[in-house]
Amino acid sequence: MLKDITLGQYFPGTSLAHRLDPRTKILLTVLYIAALFCAKSFVSYGVVALLLFAGIKVSGVAPRALVRGLKPILFIICFTAILNLFYTPGEALVTFWIFRITKEGIFTAFFMVLRITMLIMGTFLLTYTTSPIGLTDGLESLLNPLKKIKVPVHELAMIMSIALRMIPTLIEETDKIMSAQQARGADFESGNLFQRAKALVPILVPLFISAFRRADELAVAMECRCYHGGEGRTKLHVLQYKTRDYIVFLAYVLVLVTVLVLAHFGL
Amino acid sequence: MSDIIKTENLSFSYPPDEGKEPVLALNDIDLSIGQGSFIAVLGHNGSGKSTLAKHMNAVLLPGGGKVWVDGMDTLDESLLLEIRRRVGMVFQNPDNQIVANVVEEDVAFGPENMGVPSEEIQRRVTAALKAVGMEEFILHAPHHLSGGQKQRVAIAGVIAMEPACIVLDESTAMLDPLGRREVLDTVKQLNREKGITVVLITHHIDEAILADRVVVMDSGMVVMDGAPGEILVQVEELRKIGLAAPHTVELLYGLRQDGFDVPLDALGIQECADAIVGSLKS
Repeated sequence: MLKDITLGQYFPGTSLAHRLDPRTKILLTVLYIAALFCAKSFVSYGVVALLLFAGIKVSGVAPRALVRGLKPILFIICFTAILNLFYTPGEALVTFWIFRITKEGIFTAFFMVLRITMLIMGTFLLTYTTSPIGLTDGLESLLNPLKKIKVPVHELAMIMSIALRMIPTLIEETDKIMSAQQARGADFESGNLFQRAKALVPILVPLFISAFRRADELAVAMECRCYHGGEGRTKLHVLQYKTRDYIVFLAYVLVLVTVLVLAHFGL
Repeated sequence: MSDIIKTENLSFSYPPDEGKEPVLALNDIDLSIGQGSFIAVLGHNGSGKSTLAKHMNAVLLPGGGKVWVDGMDTLDESLLLEIRRRVGMVFQNPDNQIVANVVEEDVAFGPENMGVPSEEIQRRVTAALKAVGMEEFILHAPHHLSGGQKQRVAIAGVIAMEPACIVLDESTAMLDPLGRREVLDTVKQLNREKGITVVLITHHIDEAILADRVVVMDSGMVVMDGAPGEILVQVEELRKIGLAAPHTVELLYGLRQDGFDVPLDALGIQECADAIVGSLKS
């Protein structure tokens, strides 16, 4: 039941989007988000949407998978829409009791929903086409300059990759503990919210204890394999920018500039 | 034959619980392990065998006495990485020693830490996975592998560091019989073909048959030390310290007590069967 969790899910593939350097993809995602936040109105949003569609097409990821990713945040999207709809001051279109819907409100709500949806889809595109290892390697390499100001970049990347590695192990363990507790009559499915939360305690306590024990053993095992921090460490796969990275990057910057210009004219 | 690991008057005790006297986990151990040998260390729970294993690559440091790894004193902190490069360790729980979420990345972890250049790492990863017969799983996720396969990946991770010695600290304890077989065959082959010293810590006495030397431990001391043919037939002595002789020896021992003329040192199943057939014929 816990197996179908979709955290940082990755669909292996060989498309151009998959073959791009992870660093390029991370940078592109940042640029894309920047463009999204600069967009003002229909035309500029349209350009960003075109960019997103191009990305989806190139990656070969099923659009349905991207839409599915929106489900968990459906509530936030609705909430934002309603809030913007009723609380934007301006020219009133409809008024009843204490509610007032303005023309500006409708536009703001529409663009807000568009912005959040496209934001989520764009970032999902990154995790769908980049392996977890690629992501952490890319982040480590991009953040490397921060080492100069004593940011523990290598350690953070290592923590992230070990966390990703441990997710399946801990999910399996949770399943096992749940079965063990259910076999002794624990009930996780009935009762109100409070009772259900309380029922989780007998799962969480053993899970935490075992996670600490695992961490301890893993640390010893890592030390036995000569781990001594990032100093003097080499890599099996070294990241390398290729021509395609430069071309795609340049194209993205052009689009971003276009969006900025359009937004400047209020389009 | 030079010694890869040597201990001299080695003693060690864990920090005791409050108000209790410390108990010696290791008591005055003198042990020399020759380069290229295959040693099994036997003992029941709490006999100190795991504690001894952890001294072999400076995870634990001696409380008294000395440990030398390839002539290097484990108390010398500046030699720590060199020592760990020589002696690799495989632990009990496969899930708690795999670092990466792709097999090749995990095998590369040791050489990466040692600062080996990329192309050389790639060569070593391929060679190590080949040596343990896992080359087709190079791009797999470790959590989809069976217990025995995970342990073989862990062994490959150690081999990629090109050590002189591998210590298996109860590495077969959590595996099913099939997984145990896989792991034992792999280490036996590494010992034979690559001349890597193997120290097999175990409480499965049947596994000791594979070794060319057996060390039996009880309450922190080495109580027996010799060839499997000498040690594993001492049924009475083994029983006294809570160990049972291998099934084959137990069977021959029982037959002997019932008046059959069979040898005790037919350790392998085939040899044992032959011995019994021989005795029945005569």
